Amino acid sequence: MLTYIGRRAVLALFTVWAISVLAFVIIQLPPGDYVTSYIAQMASMGSVVTDEEAQNLRIQYGLGQPMYVQYLKWMRQIVQGNFGMSMEWQRPVTEVIGERLWLTVALSVAALILTWTLALPIGIYSAVRQYSVGDYLATFVGFIGLAVPNFLLALVILYLGFVLFNAHIGGLFSPEMQDAPWSAAKVWDLLTHLPIPALILGLAGTAQQIRIMRANLLDELRKPYVVTARSKGLSEARVIVKYPVRVALNPFASTIGYTLPYIVSGSIIVSLVLGLPTVGPLLLKALIAQDMFLAGTIVLLLGVMTVVGTLVSDILLVWIDPRIRLEET
Amino acid sequence: MATPDVVLDPARAPAREPEPSVTAREQRIFVASQWQLMWWRFRRHRVAVASAIVVAGFYLVVLGADFLAYADPNASEAQRSLMPPQRVYWFDGWRFSPHVHGFKGARDPQTFKRVYVADPTQKVRLRFFAEGFEYYFLGLIPTNRHLIGVDPGLDAAKTIFLLGTDVQGRDLWSRLMFATRISLTIGLLGVAVSLVLGVILGGISGFYGGMADTVIQRVIEILRSIPTIPLWMGLAAALPREWSVLQVYFAITVIISLLGWTELARVVRGRFLAMREEDFVVSARLVGCSQMRTIFVHMVPSFMSHIIAATTLALPAMIISETALSFLGLGLRPPAISWGVLLQQAQNVQTVAISPWLMLPAVPVILAVMAFNFLGDGLRDAADPYSR
Repeated sequence: MLTYIGRRAVLALFTVWAISVLAFVIIQLPPGDYVTSYIAQMASMGSVVTDEEAQNLRIQYGLGQPMYVQYLKWMRQIVQGNFGMSMEWQRPVTEVIGERLWLTVALSVAALILTWTLALPIGIYSAVRQYSVGDYLATFVGFIGLAVPNFLLALVILYLGFVLFNAHIGGLFSPEMQDAPWSAAKVWDLLTHLPIPALILGLAGTAQQIRIMRANLLDELRKPYVVTARSKGLSEARVIVKYPVRVALNPFASTIGYTLPYIVSGSIIVSLVLGLPTVGPLLLKALIAQDMFLAGTIVLLLGVMTVVGTLVSDILLVWIDPRIRLEET
Repeated sequence: MATPDVVLDPARAPAREPEPSVTAREQRIFVASQWQLMWWRFRRHRVAVASAIVVAGFYLVVLGADFLAYADPNASEAQRSLMPPQRVYWFDGWRFSPHVHGFKGARDPQTFKRVYVADPTQKVRLRFFAEGFEYYFLGLIPTNRHLIGVDPGLDAAKTIFLLGTDVQGRDLWSRLMFATRISLTIGLLGVAVSLVLGVILGGISGFYGGMADTVIQRVIEILRSIPTIPLWMGLAAALPREWSVLQVYFAITVIISLLGWTELARVVRGRFLAMREEDFVVSARLVGCSQMRTIFVHMVPSFMSHIIAATTLALPAMIISETALSFLGLGLRPPAISWGVLLQQAQNVQTVAISPWLMLPAVPVILAVMAFNFLGDGLRDAADPYSR
């Protein structure tokens, strides 16, 4: 079991490294650099940046050096907990991102929890009552969930909220709580606003998990041990929950590693549509302004967050599935 | 983005047709070719067959977009900004004569919003095979005929807007036709690139195994654990602003497929692994076939059907990716027209609340994604006609 977790951890480290390189390369790709776009921005406002000033800016940000030197510098700073300055905001990146990262985490985790709490019972129901009205309903909603891209779903819900209730559904806080300091009331406010975005984000994943759970459980229900358990006189609920559900849960749990990146990915674009104060809108703005440290940090942090989440889910999987434990030791 | 991966069951439902004498039926199955068996299996999956028809319809639109459109998709006209869809009246009295009502544009004195009032006295007849803008049908035949249109020479107030117009007064129906062409071909091209990458890397991984397999599998695992949208956004934002529509089109295709090949590689690898030790492959090797010949003459044809199924299932993710990127303004940019570009106008709730028809381009996106998913499922079930 330890070797398995160890191998996973090494792979996770590799992934983080790959993400850091990718993040850095992406940010270096655009022609021109921050200074070029800064000059253009200044020119549009009517002021001129002299060559000398531009040169000084480039030296200040270390933009003239070879790529790998810039990368190593960036990495060294990150290891020290310094993510650099956001060039556009003229403030440290950590300060600009601030609580937005934690709100992104909260949103993703909420979506994940919602996915599971919905998919598990619905999947079990669909399998046990195969071809019932409920099963067909779950299948239908599931296909809608899979076919509608989450940003379109967000748009439709936003529109319906606007037309039917004349209410703005977006946002994670009520207007009066927006700038309030953190308190129990604000946390409660956040919790009441989370379900709708979390549902939008989690719907596709939920649909997929329902199908997986249903298929797995259907396979298990046909096995002889279920008949044995039943003929022993166990109650129907006990027969199902105690044995087949436990077995069917394993392949179900192993997909969590692919669900999380998908949710994090989706949170970016859904946040943009719903106007949520997560890192999504910040990333888009930073990319357009070529604010490299900010954009790089966001891509890196999102990647790391996903990798850590996946690692945790892998460890959980080993914990619930004795077969993996035995195989790997 | 993870490919939605769903197993459908209808194919496993028992067939209801009265069975002919068992021996005759079995005989037919014994002599049937593999592709024939697949076709029989596929045909039983009703939803997949219906989806195949929808997909075929979509690609007909791709081919004949300019024929189905009746207005130049880029012709803007401030006088008809944000017109609501017109109602088509099929009968004039008792006579079949499809027409729409002319309109009068005016400003609401209170809100200064442009409002349009239908004018029932003006009847604008719809003509079939009417003359319109010039184009090359299928890129070959120069013509100016369109499926529908109005009599030429009418003034600007007497035109048709089946699905309304956008902010710049461009006809949404015609734009939708051209968007379908771009969005569906970009998906197809993206899948083609992914397929090449997936077959080569998955093939190496599955056929040779060992070190190469380990490395490729780790790379796939890493790619799959990265959230794709931020990465795509980063790559797409890096495209130079001055690139032409065509260059951006190909660049976006490549970007989307760079992360999209992993699932295809996984399927190909799985097939190679399953087949490597099969008798016919071993004997091909023993009679001295070259590796190339073993792979392409003996192995590939026997899992062709699996590749086709996996490719179909990979298409929806490609379509959604392009739509999402263009929706954010990082993918295709105007004057290119794609579903995502059209949906960009619907980004703002206020706009959508006033002009809900701007959300219509979402319908083909959802329809296409569903159709490809069901079709892929049917193909996957049919790909293995010998399994029960």
